Amino acid sequence: MRPGDVVTVRCDVVMANDVSGPVAFRAMEKMGATAVFDPSRVVMVADHFVPAKDAKSAELQARLKDWSRAHGVAFYGQGRGGIEHTLLCEEGWIVPGAVVAGGDSHTCTYGALGAFGTGLGSTDIASCLALGRFWQRVPETIVVELTGSLGPFVAGKDVILAVLGRIGVGGGTNAVLEFAGPGAEALTIDERLAVANMAVEAGSETGLFAADATTEEYVRDRARFPWAADRTDEDAEVRERLAIDLAALEPLVALPHLPGNVAPVSEAAGVRVDQVYIGNCANGTLTDLRQAASILRGRQVHPDTRAIVVPATQAIWRAAAAEGLLDVFAEAGAMVSTPTCGACFGGSNGALAPGENAVTTTNRNFRGRMGSPEASVYLANAWVAAAAAVAGELVHPRTLG
Amino acid sequence: MTVEGIALVVPGDNVDTDVMYPGAFLNIEDPEAMAPHLFEGFDPSLRERLTGETILVVGENFGIGSSREHVPIAMKANGVRGVVGRSFARIFFRNCMNLGLAAVACPDAVDAARDGSAIAIDPSGVVVVDGRRFPVPAAPALLTELAEAGGLVAWTERELESR
Ligand code: SF4
Repeated sequence: MRPGDVVTVRCDVVMANDVSGPVAFRAMEKMGATAVFDPSRVVMVADHFVPAKDAKSAELQARLKDWSRAHGVAFYGQGRGGIEHTLLCEEGWIVPGAVVAGGDSHTCTYGALGAFGTGLGSTDIASCLALGRFWQRVPETIVVELTGSLGPFVAGKDVILAVLGRIGVGGGTNAVLEFAGPGAEALTIDERLAVANMAVEAGSETGLFAADATTEEYVRDRARFPWAADRTDEDAEVRERLAIDLAALEPLVALPHLPGNVAPVSEAAGVRVDQVYIGNCANGTLTDLRQAASILRGRQVHPDTRAIVVPATQAIWRAAAAEGLLDVFAEAGAMVSTPTCGACFGGSNGALAPGENAVTTTNRNFRGRMGSPEASVYLANAWVAAAAAVAGELVHPRTLG
Repeated sequence: MTVEGIALVVPGDNVDTDVMYPGAFLNIEDPEAMAPHLFEGFDPSLRERLTGETILVVGENFGIGSSREHVPIAMKANGVRGVVGRSFARIFFRNCMNLGLAAVACPDAVDAARDGSAIAIDPSGVVVVDGRRFPVPAAPALLTELAEAGGLVAWTERELESR
């Protein structure tokens, strides 16, 4: 088996959501498939239009739930789940070495736990549900060697933005990004999730961290399946090597309208900010909420700026409440939302008007992604986003008074 | 089966699936109802130029971003027969293969094509633009099998029947 060969791959877990699921169910019916390959390995999550923004969205969620019940598979609905990728890690569906087929491009997030998670369209998912396998071009490998440790106000988000700044939005096509070195081992699971999540923004199949003691500790009490850590073959061909010194990174932003338009935040300082959005499958973790709260505690959101905080899952929401973080946000004048994909993809809950600028911890700033095609989105870490909320403009967090 | 049609150039590189089918319309699951939203965030006037026998001619890294199959589904529902590009983003390319929508990477053919060019995509490994022939590398066996079946729905149906 060599890079470029097309093979079929067995799936350990198949996942879809309220957008990709119903389209997949139609395709599955056309295939003549009446049962899923293994109900214990299928999971459906309503997260994109949750809570339903209109009758059509409600119908999709009802269909997702009814289908899940009929096929005896796991279903997470509102109030019990959250954003699929954060949720599936939290709930132990993802174990090192697993192959995860997800009806969502950010399925690459699971690489943070040493799993081959990869995003597929709905017809692919239909075939996975029926057969438990999918076709896959054997990817090449790009090794990203990380050294040093993250400095103040620098997060996992900046690591992946630095990669995107170097290789661009097509630089990872037909390859897996593999994060290695002492700097990778030093990253927490939440930071690894942020990094792996945006591998697809480089065009990559997934972003992989080899499972280590940190992974083992995270997975130990949650794993739903037995697992053994896979290591990359020693003789695997490497297409490209990048080296990043974490200690030399500064907070970065992706400028409109491409995740690869990366610049230091200081170069974008002064841009007026109408909305700040802290949330999404990449950066709605407890780590992000703590970072944001450390900025917002004792400060106020700028009177001309709206701030929305979206904990990624119900469990994170509750942990943030227990720590008093949600109250910090509310007191600062931010709106705290229930877990949802919401405005991340322009679904609901915070769309942008023409001419508006937003700073978000999400993963895509394509034109029109969050509402009006005439709005602009800057991607950044949670410290930078929270600091922008306070200042009403893009600033380096260290410059806040 | 050779796919023939008339070129419509979609300008630019890295055209993402959000602009081709904005997120606000993802609560639609019926292909006919998806069709009117194609290119909504990019250039809605392109829609009016789809003739029912259109082959899209696109740039580098076409179809980046979301895995939403709504994009190639809406293309098919609008009568798009195939896509010839400089290169494709992974999931978009998969979705085209799976839906039986011919997608071929052939930069020379893209250079040669203009709006209105006659294009033929011959699965044996040639793209023809206004009579000029441009070879493309042969597809891997599994993808040829998929294309011959007409897409992943029929392919999976056959797999299930052969059990
Ligand atoms: S939070 Fe955003 S990027 Fe993540 S799965 Fe939801 S819509 Fe996609």
